[in-house]
Amino acid sequence: MSRESDHNGGGDKRMKTRMGFTGDEALAYAAKQSNVDVVAAYPITPQTIMVELFSEYVANGEVHTNFVCVESEHSAMSACVGASLTGARVLTATSSQGLALMHEIMYIASGLRCPIIMGVANRALSAPINIHGDQSDMMGSRDCGWIQIYCENAQESYDWTLQSFKIAENPSVLLPVTVNLDGFILTHAMEGVEVFTDEEAKTYLPTSKVECRLDPSKPATVGALCLPDYYFEFKKQQDEAMKHVSPVLLKVTEEYGRLTGRKYGMLEEFETKNADVIIVCLGSTAGTVRSVAKELRSKGKKVGLLKLWLYRPFPSKEVAAAISEAKVVVVLDRALSPGAPYGALCQDIVSVMYESKTKPIVTDMVYGLGGRDITPPEITSIYEEALIAAKTGVVKEQVRFVGVRE
Amino acid sequence: MMVTLKELTTEELLAPGHRLCGGCGASVAARMALKMTRGPTVVVQSTGCLEVATTIYPYTAWRVPYAHIAFENAAAVAGGIEAAFKALERRGAWKDHVDVIVFAGDGGTFDIGIQALSGALERRHDFVYICYDNEAYMNTGIQRSGATPYGASTTTSPAGSVIPGKAEWKKDFAGICAAHGIDHVSTASIAYWNDYMTKVRKAIEVDGPAVIHVLASCPRGWRCNTSDSIKMTRLAVQTRFFPLYEIEKGKYKLSMKVPKPLPVEELLKAQGRFSHLFKPERKGELEKIQRWTDENWNRILSLCGEKPEQPPLQPGPA
Amino acid sequence: MSKDRGKPGWKSIPIGGTVLEAGSSTKYKTGDWRAFRPVVDEKKCTNCLICWIYCPDAAIKRKEKHVEIDYDFCKGCGICSAECPVKAITMVEETRG
Repeated sequence: MSRESDHNGGGDKRMKTRMGFTGDEALAYAAKQSNVDVVAAYPITPQTIMVELFSEYVANGEVHTNFVCVESEHSAMSACVGASLTGARVLTATSSQGLALMHEIMYIASGLRCPIIMGVANRALSAPINIHGDQSDMMGSRDCGWIQIYCENAQESYDWTLQSFKIAENPSVLLPVTVNLDGFILTHAMEGVEVFTDEEAKTYLPTSKVECRLDPSKPATVGALCLPDYYFEFKKQQDEAMKHVSPVLLKVTEEYGRLTGRKYGMLEEFETKNADVIIVCLGSTAGTVRSVAKELRSKGKKVGLLKLWLYRPFPSKEVAAAISEAKVVVVLDRALSPGAPYGALCQDIVSVMYESKTKPIVTDMVYGLGGRDITPPEITSIYEEALIAAKTGVVKEQVRFVGVRE
Repeated sequence: MMVTLKELTTEELLAPGHRLCGGCGASVAARMALKMTRGPTVVVQSTGCLEVATTIYPYTAWRVPYAHIAFENAAAVAGGIEAAFKALERRGAWKDHVDVIVFAGDGGTFDIGIQALSGALERRHDFVYICYDNEAYMNTGIQRSGATPYGASTTTSPAGSVIPGKAEWKKDFAGICAAHGIDHVSTASIAYWNDYMTKVRKAIEVDGPAVIHVLASCPRGWRCNTSDSIKMTRLAVQTRFFPLYEIEKGKYKLSMKVPKPLPVEELLKAQGRFSHLFKPERKGELEKIQRWTDENWNRILSLCGEKPEQPPLQPGPA
Repeated sequence: MSKDRGKPGWKSIPIGGTVLEAGSSTKYKTGDWRAFRPVVDEKKCTNCLICWIYCPDAAIKRKEKHVEIDYDFCKGCGICSAECPVKAITMVEETRG
């Protein structure tokens, strides 16, 4: 995984404290510094370190958080929604089967406009049972109305957790966020992470100001039955709230950039400007792709990488602007969408390209399922094949599986 | 602690205008319980008759803060709310103690909701869980639940020519809750308003979880007249079919002795859902139910440290 | 549905399906559900309040000397009549118009 990324700003602004964290630990540390009031969570590999480390903070009195060791993920999200309705700041974490188990409540969390932050250690869904990293769990829940952010490394895991609270709790948003980390690859790999001091974090993210909706002095009913005469209007409201996410996100990332020297956004482009071939992907694979792209560029090959931080709401305009001039776009999908014309991410890319005046050839590579590694040589050959297709205008297969044994 | 009706507040925290059926026992159970609140209270509900009919947007019958999330998780939601208020208090953002009361049906409790309840009890959240038991999944059309009595005809355990109604016996819900080692579990019946309401107040005052299992009639599902709604929950106690007792810190205590019990038949013949048991070919069923009632009563007596009764009652003449 | 057109749109309703007005169900008069209406014989009524506590709809009002039915909400279930210890309440067929 590449340790260099392009978005760092001036050195003076960098945070002074640097710690060694895995992705799980970085998220837990961010949670510790975020004045979170309630954490209700259930362990599942490879998310376990997130909750284990956090419970150490609780046991040592380092946080005021009420940590509820619930008996299932479904109850975890249920307790989180209940807690969030009091205006408390709430966080949880899960993975794979746990995410699937809480699926019905995820729709409720977004429908009731609860700004809950959830770390998701992306892991393959059964069957067969597999505890390793792929993105099928979050992709299976992508329509649940949550904001979805993907992290490339431990630094991003820390940074995005803190920023997500600000985005979620913004009064024009009030939507929950998943912060996605590739299982094992990111959750368990240790890196250097620059962190705020506790005081700096408190200043950056003071306690929640979200309104209490269960205030006995203003009794309100949350979770009413909305028949066909009202349900549609509430869903429209949710859709509108999603539209407020990008401007709020850009403000939040702008501020964070000033404070830390690391400015994020909705997506990150690496050498996309005059690229003939662009690979689009989510998560930690971006690191590998970037280092391959760098090497190929040094040999004069015109290749680039588009990494999305924000997956939902999908930054359609920005994605189109980034890739529409390329000749070939290869989308890496770390999840399977059985029976669909393309994988999940590729479906979004193709949809976005439909409106574009210039249309690159778009192909889909399904890779890395169940934690299967994708290597620099494999990525190199993806680029090389695509460069050939860029010249010939012909692609052998629209959707291919990379790295599977025949 | 007993209450007199005149002392009770006239404040109606469950307002009229809700759309529960006329004669609904669940609304009686909720209305009675809400008269025993002691301060700021939040109500949590699971999906069910009481929830759906009292919160049809934009109307709500509730005059307390209210949260409904899903069907099986009322206890988990209540735990989250309780944890949040405690955390807010800890950082000085909240002052008053808030009582959390869950109203959940037997549907959302005995079966799909038992996991969340078990977890919440084990974690000792400070809340009251009132299970209003109308003995079936009434809101979705009278399907059998783990609380449906043996022999009852429901839409998923219909009285057929081969299988005469539900073939399984009612779960010992109070026993399940008591097995978690919590301080207060009790059974109640809306007919015995004084006993029930006293238990509600006791449950609220417990520092920790408390569970009340209250029998709440459903004239629609039980197939009786709406005017007999309260009478059915009285008969259930008078036949010893639904014993009233408390389990305080594991110790059982009978709330009502019922020295001259009526035969169970008196209850069963008053409700259409048992009418098939009166056909001549089903005679053995009535005896089975009477025997179960007697054995269950003796089981409760032993748990209360009292001598079981001899001999068990026989069903009355047909 | 054309009858919904007068209802508020997504821009004006509170977010998340929250009902802000406590007890707003009192705007929905369930009294028109009745097929039978309870009639209280004020002379017989001892004001014991048994009917009041058992009413599923809080449709019985406590007065000085006796109870009074709130016909705006009474659904005519008949519990009050059945439970009254002195038989002071009779169920009478509801008439309209």
